[in-house]
Amino acid sequence: MDAVCASCPHHQKNSMNNVMLSLIAALAGSLGSALVSLGAGERTWVLSRLAFPLLGLSGLASIYAGLQTLMGAPALTAEWPMGLPWMHWHLRLDSLSGFFLALIGTGTLAVSLYGPGYIREYRHSTYSLGVLGLATGLFVTGMQLVVLADDAFAFMVAWELMSLSSYFLVAFQHQNAANRRAAFIYLAMAQIGGLCVLLAFGVMAGFGGDFTFDAMRAAQLDTDWATITFALGLIGFGMKAGLVPIHIWLPDAHPVAPSHVSALMSGVMLKVAVYGFIRLVFDLIGNLNWGWGVALLIIASITALFGVLYALVQHDLKRLLAYHSIENIGIIFIGLALSIIFYGTGHPLLGALGLVAALYHTLNHMLFKSLLFLGAGSVLQGSREHDMERMGGLLARMPWTGLFFLIGCISISALPPFNGFVSEWLTFQTALQAASLNSGVLRALIPIAAAVLALTGALAATCFVKVYGVAFLGQPRSRRVRRAREATPGMVMAQGLLAGLCLLFGVLPTLTVAALDNISISLTASGLPSASANGWMWLTPISAQTASYGAPFVLLGILFALGGWLLVNRVLRPQGHAGMARGDTWDCGFGPPDARMQYTASAFAQPIRRIFAPVWRLHETIERTPMSGLPLEPARIRHQLHAEDITWGWFYDPIVRFLHASVRRVGRIQTGHLRHYLAYSFITLILLLWVIT
Amino acid sequence: MNGLLAMIQAIAFIVLAPLFASWIRRVKCVLQNRRAPALLQPYRDLAKLFSKQTLLSYNASPLFRVAPYLIAGATLLAAAVVPLLAVKLPTAAIADVIVLAGFFSLARFFLALAGMDVGTAFGGMGSSREMTLSALAEPAMLMAVFTLAMVAGSTNLSTVIDQILRDGLALRPSLLFALLSLTLVAVAETGRIPVDNPATHLELTMIHEAMILEYSGRHLALIEWASQLKLMIYGVLIANIFFPWGIATEFTPGALLIAVLAITAKLGVLGIALATGETVLAKMRLFRVPSFLTLALILALIGLLSHIILEVA
Repeated sequence: MDAVCASCPHHQKNSMNNVMLSLIAALAGSLGSALVSLGAGERTWVLSRLAFPLLGLSGLASIYAGLQTLMGAPALTAEWPMGLPWMHWHLRLDSLSGFFLALIGTGTLAVSLYGPGYIREYRHSTYSLGVLGLATGLFVTGMQLVVLADDAFAFMVAWELMSLSSYFLVAFQHQNAANRRAAFIYLAMAQIGGLCVLLAFGVMAGFGGDFTFDAMRAAQLDTDWATITFALGLIGFGMKAGLVPIHIWLPDAHPVAPSHVSALMSGVMLKVAVYGFIRLVFDLIGNLNWGWGVALLIIASITALFGVLYALVQHDLKRLLAYHSIENIGIIFIGLALSIIFYGTGHPLLGALGLVAALYHTLNHMLFKSLLFLGAGSVLQGSREHDMERMGGLLARMPWTGLFFLIGCISISALPPFNGFVSEWLTFQTALQAASLNSGVLRALIPIAAAVLALTGALAATCFVKVYGVAFLGQPRSRRVRRAREATPGMVMAQGLLAGLCLLFGVLPTLTVAALDNISISLTASGLPSASANGWMWLTPISAQTASYGAPFVLLGILFALGGWLLVNRVLRPQGHAGMARGDTWDCGFGPPDARMQYTASAFAQPIRRIFAPVWRLHETIERTPMSGLPLEPARIRHQLHAEDITWGWFYDPIVRFLHASVRRVGRIQTGHLRHYLAYSFITLILLLWVIT
Repeated sequence: MNGLLAMIQAIAFIVLAPLFASWIRRVKCVLQNRRAPALLQPYRDLAKLFSKQTLLSYNASPLFRVAPYLIAGATLLAAAVVPLLAVKLPTAAIADVIVLAGFFSLARFFLALAGMDVGTAFGGMGSSREMTLSALAEPAMLMAVFTLAMVAGSTNLSTVIDQILRDGLALRPSLLFALLSLTLVAVAETGRIPVDNPATHLELTMIHEAMILEYSGRHLALIEWASQLKLMIYGVLIANIFFPWGIATEFTPGALLIAVLAITAKLGVLGIALATGETVLAKMRLFRVPSFLTLALILALIGLLSHIILEVA
């Protein structure tokens, strides 16, 4: 129907009006949510009845506008009389920003369902609900404006709005010193990153003559300046996205924010950074150089592996998830790097494949990471526990959260038929086409990156067996967890929505790829015509001969297995001799196993810690309290394990030391004598006069 | 007709998997001067387990009860897409080699979760070890697969086999290295000596058995069957990819008969090789296995590099 009506101008205009209206609704909703929360004070209902529903409305409107544009509605441009007098804000909604707008909308919608239940946590606390609602609303507005901005000025204003409001969200529970420190590091790095982005736009504007993206697109950069812009963009957006080694704020900031905000930050904000990178590199610079791809591929592979290895040794649930965000950002950037390499060497079809794989993983990571953070929040609220070593048996206490968290774990572990698998599969398919490159070095390097990706995926599965097995299965390891209760219906619904989408995008990859293809076509004028050539059931990215994946059939097979279980347990119900009975757990003839005999999270990861030992700086302490009278028999053993980020030692400490040393050296001119300061002023004056003349 | 053949092939996989395991056991007994049980013994064991009472721990969650079905289902999906008798079957398009690895990962994921479910030390230990070793085996396996995929220009098993058949008996160093690597991976993934010992229940050495210690009755039967199926899938993969001769490329009775005979002979020889290996080797310490798997990875990398350097004109 769309194809027929796309040509009739009336319909086109109508749909444009609708998109424009929903766009305004989206921005008004998030901004309105921020404003009404100002009057919240102590009243939670202002947030749960007004602010969050407005956010949800804004999310729905974003999804509508984004999807309309992604599915082929014409790009929308607007100029708003805001900002500087000689430069109004340019806004533009094309398929790339439409996709990311829909992504933001989905995350916001889930959070708006989840929020009302979660903020009960702060009902009787000293923290101001008004600040929470205001910052959340502004945060969402900022993200929406970033993807809509069509000139560097509007982009930077929106970018800073996003950074600053999220700073207040990270610092929300400010009575804890660790939270303040995390927020400070986040702010400092966000500002450095923002500066790099600004400089990148500055270079582009210098060549293009104007700050609008249209002028930058038309600018002709020579290779050196293009590389400098790419590097600045990589640092600026990479800092926000969490590329190693400039990821350091991420594992500190995500866990300390309220959980629905963690979901927004990890699930959505990191994607906005990915958007910025794609917009700058693929759209504004445009002329892709394969050398950038190689550099990015190396950084991204290290990021992916680093993230998952650090996640494996964490036992704070939200911190572990934060390290997994680093891993997944690595996977997204592997796809982008492959895309740059293939475009740069003149293989537009494969370049489009890499781009689509990266975008698909962006979508997937938004879904399952938001889902997992919301699940972690439910656990945190239900059991008041964030340390996995004290959890256990939560599945029996929080069955719905447990089920949806399991779906999140399967999706992030890249297992069929869920969504994470499809995007990793597409990335593998891209990497496998390395044979078509001329350079032998590249042909060897890309498969090694693919091996790193395989290792990352397998380690992620290991990590999530650990998470789910320790937290949700087994027996509760503490009293608070034993009394954990299921989250409110709204919180469960939010997780259910995301879990359903995880399955949907896992089973319908062909339709998703066909939609993402529009972005690739509009950015680089090349798409993947063959991906959906064999009908919606078969995903054939290059050709049916090369590789195919029939996701609906896999789901059918899994449903068949579940059907077998239902058949045996609900229909056949074998009785008596072949029936089912309950008994004690096998205890080898000793006393019955108790909760402390279970494998802990640290124990689970011990073989990995031993095999990859040089990767971490581990601080392990074992305290033994001997039994009185029996010095060799410990009455109590306390084991503590802390994995320090190795980048502190070899990347940040030298920088900090250098800064300290140089500041001390500069500080020598501060003598405290008036005559010296007068002399400085005099010398400065002389110099200035000399410069002017 | 093709669909029927695909179905017959999948059923043949399910039905014959215990027989393959039994054949390996028999050869091992002969090599070790022991009296072998009857070839049909695994079927009797399965029948016995299916008819026995299923005992669940009080602590077991629903996941513990669903897991065996999901494990069996995922392994069955894997069996459905591997060409046993003929290439170009319609089911082969559902999944390529990477998806096949995904099916195994899915089964392993649920097996490891089930191991953690009851909350015993054994279960957690088994899960931890299994996931660690499989994480190390995964890159080696995919590297070997990539070598194949680059040689054949496809990750579809059917196309790969077809391509190798068409090339004839070309001695490619890349394929040789890939074969060695995939064999090592197969040994690790199916839990055979020297990585794991399927016949032991000694606490400190077991991996796979530790995870399923709490299972009984039909649950245990399903898991046992699935692991026999997995062993056979790896056997068929090695036999049909690296020695594809005899596999049916057209669906005539004659070709299919030849295919049946060929795969029987290939699996028979493979079983003898595996049993011999298990007889002459001792199980290695757990922390030696990473070097074993690193060897597999390096072999696969050499295979890949030799393809890139020597074979691409």
